[in-house]
Amino acid sequence: MDELRELYQATILDHNRKPRNFRVLEGPALHADGHNPLCGDQLTVYLDLEGERVKDVAFQGTGCAISVASASLMTDFVQGKSLEEVERKFRDFHEMVTSEPGSPVQTPDIGKLAVFSGVREFPMRVKCATLAWHTLRAALHQDGSTARTE
Amino acid sequence: MNGRAELDVATIRKDFPILEREIRGKPLVYLDSAASAQKPRAVLEAIQNFYANAYANIHRGVYQLSAEATALYESGRDRVQGFIGAADRREIIFVRNATEAINLVARTFGETQLEAGDEILITALEHHANIVPWQMLGERRGTKLKVLPVDDRGEINLDAYAALLGQRTKLVALTHVSNAIGTILPLKKMIALAKAQGIPVLVDGAQAVPHTRVNVEDLGCDFYAFSGHKLFGPSGIGVLYGRLPMLQAMPPFLGGGDMIETVSFEKTTYAEPPNRFEAGTPDIAGVVGLEAAIGYVEKVGIDAIEAWEQSLLEKATAALAKIDGLRIIGQAREKAAVLSFVLEGIHAHDVGTALDQAGVAVRVGHHCAQPLMVRFGVPATVRASFSLYNTPAEIDVLVAALRETRELFG
Repeated sequence: MDELRELYQATILDHNRKPRNFRVLEGPALHADGHNPLCGDQLTVYLDLEGERVKDVAFQGTGCAISVASASLMTDFVQGKSLEEVERKFRDFHEMVTSEPGSPVQTPDIGKLAVFSGVREFPMRVKCATLAWHTLRAALHQDGSTARTE
Repeated sequence: MNGRAELDVATIRKDFPILEREIRGKPLVYLDSAASAQKPRAVLEAIQNFYANAYANIHRGVYQLSAEATALYESGRDRVQGFIGAADRREIIFVRNATEAINLVARTFGETQLEAGDEILITALEHHANIVPWQMLGERRGTKLKVLPVDDRGEINLDAYAALLGQRTKLVALTHVSNAIGTILPLKKMIALAKAQGIPVLVDGAQAVPHTRVNVEDLGCDFYAFSGHKLFGPSGIGVLYGRLPMLQAMPPFLGGGDMIETVSFEKTTYAEPPNRFEAGTPDIAGVVGLEAAIGYVEKVGIDAIEAWEQSLLEKATAALAKIDGLRIIGQAREKAAVLSFVLEGIHAHDVGTALDQAGVAVRVGHHCAQPLMVRFGVPATVRASFSLYNTPAEIDVLVAALRETRELFG
């Protein structure tokens, strides 16, 4: 069960049980739907911008513990950040969860998001961890498409 | 089911090399045979031996090796004919899998004999393979899809079924056994009701053939589709059974070599069934492997297999029912050894990952039956399916791992 506890760290289980920023943003908010056809994970990310900065971000949806916790932690993390920084952190996060299993963990400066480092040992679950991020970017680009993980 | 020949599971397990494998340091507990079954040594050796000693392309070769390969391929057809009780060997068409078999019928029978407004009746239990080809046909031809609902147990109602058979019903397409929740349909009665009105019936038998005795003449269906890989055979080979007069009236599916009588640039005439539907070099080794798989099943005995699997289902159902927060989806009285369930508050994919840590391979998700998941109000289920090589001890491993999963997620 060790690897399993590495994957499902206490922070992840906590954010799955009590997702943060789990609400709808009304008004002029940008939003996009994300769908993982493999698991049936389905979420909507809402986004308010102030210039080039995230003013508020929230989400709603259903999914596995990894996808819900990832959305919850992501929305906490990107609050108030510049769009350029959001993009950079997305790349860091993506690199962490897709790096070779067993290779030394590179811990970029992504704060609590580092709890997802165990995901790389479970390649089938990478899409669960990245769904919220893909959906956030779809909301930013606001092209009306549904973010898909495959 | 009691009193039939006992199955010696310890001996059987030795026939399947993969069962010696460890997963994440634990012995493999393979509970996903409804997705695809593991292969006995007899199948592996038949394929190896064929490629090593008797391989050549089939039909039209005048040399001995080609004649031998052709004989092996055609003897596979005879074996399938006997296995499912078909009246004529020409009624057995080799395809890639059950999905292709159903698509073949939609593209040939459907395309030429069904018209706008005609209805195709299916059940709420169907796998996507027995939904989507009919929807695609509808897009081209304007046919309509009618769906027979299931109750909370996952059973159909025969009166409701009879009421749906109408003037416009031109095809009934039924699963024999639900891949997602295990329901066994009262197929013989359903077919008889349709045939009484002259309506052809197609059966998706992918989940039935490995677990129960199938006789297409006795059932009275017009088409019966199944895959080799769920029957302990190789992946890539499947069978469409079609009643001969139906096949003779159908146009070809794919065009090419082997399915013709004569070809000229002005006019090509087509071969008779089954060749008409087997364009191009087929999966010859797949047929050799499938024949070995059928031989294996017949050696163990399909009745013994069914009785063994039913005893596993009974034990697993009782054991899982004792786990807090576990809800079994599908409680049909006639049920194959498929257990679909959800754990309250824990997503099926998290359960699947946790079980994998214990070496237990189950399927999680919608099982290619999304409408059925909607019917039961769940996005996904965990599905444990049992086969002849599974043991009561493996059910204990599953139960222990499920209890640990509950603990982890609290």
